[in-house]
Amino acid sequence: MGYLEKLPQLDGVIARLECAEHLEDLQSAIEWLRDHYRVDHMVYHWVSANGEQYGCGTYDPAWVQRYIDQGYLRIDPVVLGCYQNFHPVDWKRLDWSSKSARSFRRDAMAHGIGNQGFSIPIRGPNGQFALFTVSHDCDDEEWAGFAELNRRDLILLAHYFNQTALKLAPGRAPEPTQPLSPREVETMTLLAVGYSRAQVADTLSISEHTLRVYIESARFKLGALNTTHAVARAMARGQIVV
Amino acid sequence: MIRYLYANDLARYPRLARTMFEDRADQFATRLGWEVSVDARGQERDEYDTLNPLYVIWEKANGAHGGSMRFLPTTGRTMVNEHFLNLTQGVPFQSPFIWECTRFCLSRDTEQGTAAALMLAGGEIMQNFHIRHFVGVFDARMVRIYNRIGAAPEVLGTSGQGRQAISVGLWEFSDAAQKQVSRVAGVPLDASRAWFDAAFGGVEDQPAISAA
Repeated sequence: MGYLEKLPQLDGVIARLECAEHLEDLQSAIEWLRDHYRVDHMVYHWVSANGEQYGCGTYDPAWVQRYIDQGYLRIDPVVLGCYQNFHPVDWKRLDWSSKSARSFRRDAMAHGIGNQGFSIPIRGPNGQFALFTVSHDCDDEEWAGFAELNRRDLILLAHYFNQTALKLAPGRAPEPTQPLSPREVETMTLLAVGYSRAQVADTLSISEHTLRVYIESARFKLGALNTTHAVARAMARGQIVV
Repeated sequence: MIRYLYANDLARYPRLARTMFEDRADQFATRLGWEVSVDARGQERDEYDTLNPLYVIWEKANGAHGGSMRFLPTTGRTMVNEHFLNLTQGVPFQSPFIWECTRFCLSRDTEQGTAAALMLAGGEIMQNFHIRHFVGVFDARMVRIYNRIGAAPEVLGTSGQGRQAISVGLWEFSDAAQKQVSRVAGVPLDASRAWFDAAFGGVEDQPAISAA
């Protein structure tokens, strides 16, 4: 499936995340994404500094209960390898060599978690920590192909999920929408009226490299998957006027 | 060799950690005269060291620090976004694909090629963690060294004069730049990759994960 075909649908799910009003909306979004990417599982899990937890995802509830009952949180190489860190991890890079990790893995596989996984740790404000994971049962080659194609989108989706979860967390004042700086507004406005990147860079007297970084950053603040999407969202939100 | 250590891993390398913070005091306070805070033990730390950053460190043959830099994701708190917006045209950089690199430091007596080896490690991070750009805060005089290595940042702005000049700049690396940096560092690409894999686990060498 090509990137362009997928985009409008992904755009839709991000829009749904943005106007989500209940944590249950996250559950339906993650199920939709799991089906969309045709993977076995997708899971989002957060722990706040005071130990409050929230999770949604597609694991069998029997596995979730077993995970808690067995105290797997202290054994799971994914959690141990991601907690307090901020780099995304392919499960292959983790240390599965200990006896307890191997037996945990056997148990997980028996519950249909899959032999492949990609986990994205996220550090939120005030000690909040979240983990977004995609897992699947397939051979290494198929997995490498999937990861290569979708990794960046998944990293963005992980962050958008976390932002939504933070917004919906009980007792939390909603974070204001991240404003664009004047320079970013100019950038998005010029792109919206059809300037090429070279023309925008020239107009703003900056290099194309700097422009790429501005666009990258604006795209994330706008909750968008690519530049076209970012321009559309900036307009829809009234952050730029063309 | 290059080590990649989160702050919470430093306790396992007490000598490396101590000499890194001492060398930072030497570079930023003693040599450059920046207004940084040096504690009674002669070590320089700032508030960003408390955020469990990732340090990339050149460890000399004797186990002491030879050079280092510090990374934080721009989706959280960063020095650039909190202190240097005046040098970025007011744009706070924020993206999972942009990491901040600060406190680039070289020990006075480190081996030749240390700066290049650190840049090579930066390239490993970009490639393996899918990072597109680094935004860095550095001693403006470092630009000469970065240029010589073949990993020149694009300087967005500079404040201060002389020794105290501080710049904010952007990096991205091509494969060609990576090869050039590898030559200058005297570190073959496969050695660089091996150090990275030693820290983060390799993908190739692991036995196939299976339920068996």
